[in-house]
Order: sequence, then C-alpha cells, then structure tokens
Amino acid sequence: MADTPGLPAYAQALGISVHEIEDGTPVLTVDFSSDVEGRPNYYHGGAIAGLLENAAYAALRAALLADGREAKLKPVNITVQYLSGGKPETSYAKARITRMGRRNANISVEAWQSDRSKPIASAILNILMA
Amino acid sequence: MTCARMTDTKLPIQAFDPAKVSKMFMARAHPGWLGLEYSDHGENWVELKLPWNEKLLGEPDRPVLASGPIVSLLDMASGMSIWCARGTFMPVATLDLRVDYQRPAKERAPVWGRVECYRITKSAAFVRGTAHDGDPEDTVATMAGVFMTLSADPKAVGRQIKAQAEEAAKKRESGNG
Repeated sequence: MADTPGLPAYAQALGISVHEIEDGTPVLTVDFSSDVEGRPNYYHGGAIAGLLENAAYAALRAALLADGREAKLKPVNITVQYLSGGKPETSYAKARITRMGRRNANISVEAWQSDRSKPIASAILNILMA
Repeated sequence: MTCARMTDTKLPIQAFDPAKVSKMFMARAHPGWLGLEYSDHGENWVELKLPWNEKLLGEPDRPVLASGPIVSLLDMASGMSIWCARGTFMPVATLDLRVDYQRPAKERAPVWGRVECYRITKSAAFVRGTAHDGDPEDTVATMAGVFMTLSADPKAVGRQIKAQAEEAAKKRESGNG
C-alpha cells in the first residue's frame, strides 16, 4: 500500500491513498473492490462520498499547513451530486478551496475515473476550523 | 410488520420486509465492510445501525467517527426506505444527498440512521432522515436526498446481490472467523 501520511484511519481502511500532489493539492485515489461496491459492479454512493470528503479534508489540511495554521476540523455539511454510476475501475478526487476564512472553509470537490473531463460525482462541503 | 405499498397499485403485490432481507443486503460489499445492521422499520422508514469501529475514525489524534460512514449509513437506509415505501426491491441510484452535521457522535458508541421515504414518483424517490447515537431526538446529523429508479431488472440484480452475499458468508466461514 502506498504511504499515506495524514490520511485518517477511515480513508486508509477504505483503500484511499494519495495519487499525486497537484499545485500543492493532494489528488486522492481508490481502486474498485468489494469494500466500495454498492449495487453489483458499481461504487456505493457512500463510498464515493467518502472519497470526496477525504479529498476535501486533505486539501484543507495541506492549505492550513502551507499557511502555518493548526486547527481542529469539524464537518458542518456535505452536499453530494451523483453524476453517473461509478464503474468498477480506479477513481480519483481533487478538491478546490472556494473560500478559506478564519473559521469556515467552503470547498468543492470532483471525482472522476478514466476521463477527467467527465466527473462521476461532485460535492460542496463546509468545514469549521476550531 | 411489512411495509406499505404507497403508490402504483400495478406493481406486483410483494411485500418488502427489511428485517428479513437485511442480512443479505448487509453481508456484502460496502455495507458489509461497514458492518451495518438492521435496527427497525415502519411503513415507509428504515433504521439501520453502524457499530463502533476503530477503522472508521476520521481524525488522526481524536477518537471521532469520520463523517463518511454516516453518509454511507444514511444512503443505505435511504435505499431500504424506498423499497419499503414501494413494497418491493428495485435498483436505485443516488442523485443528490445532503447531510448536515449537528455534533460529533459519542466516542465508542454506535450510530443509528433512520430514513423516511416521504414521496415516490415514477422515476424519483424523495427521502429525509436523521442520524443519532441513542436518543433519536438528539440528532448527530440530518439528511435529505433524491434517488432515481433504474431500469435494470430487479430480479437479476437481486440474484447478483444474493450470490455475492452467499460468497461473502462463505469467505467469512473459511477465514479467521
């Protein structure tokens, strides 16, 4: 398994790892397995949400680190849009911090498979930094 | 108790019983990995339980459950509430799911997800629900979602799920227990 410093137990248990760092933001990846399967041969909606959420947290942790800030992160909400069924292949996700305030970060995330221009899901999250 | 058949009387009369089918649905795939369990149900709602598990922690330094497993719990309870309200299993896909977190779940406590399917149309199902850690009035999270019904043959998908559940059970038996 790839070295995944900074990723929480939940992400690592699900098989999520850092694929690469793009402009300072981690791109996360997960391989298809029964652990992430929903209806037969498709990703479970919850597993896709898990990938999106972890990509958002990873981006925020990287941004905080770059700013020399330390904060406890608390989820406020997540809204996931499922755009097409997640096929049984490797998935990726990368987040963009839309707005980083002192107390709240608003983050958008996209997940894709073989074709990055065709996302399979997207999400918006608000995360409090205490 | 069997579930209600809320709409569409032309559907085959075949009551969906979440208590009965849960074992099969929770034995396999992502719900099996999470260890989801059946808890309770009514005419158009289903409650599932997510047992405490160290592997689901979301923070490196605090024993706090990640929010992802709560989304999975509510997503699964959503699907089952739809089948309950419909009175029959049918493949569905999540279109939109929103979860608002009121507070972290209690340390080392299970979390329950209760979801109600309050409306079904020909192609969409609307759900709302809550997650709690013992007291349903003191919610950990609230959610709302929309699901789309799929054209895949329910019987064929049901057979695949059954086969996967049996295979997962065999693996567990032959594994370390």
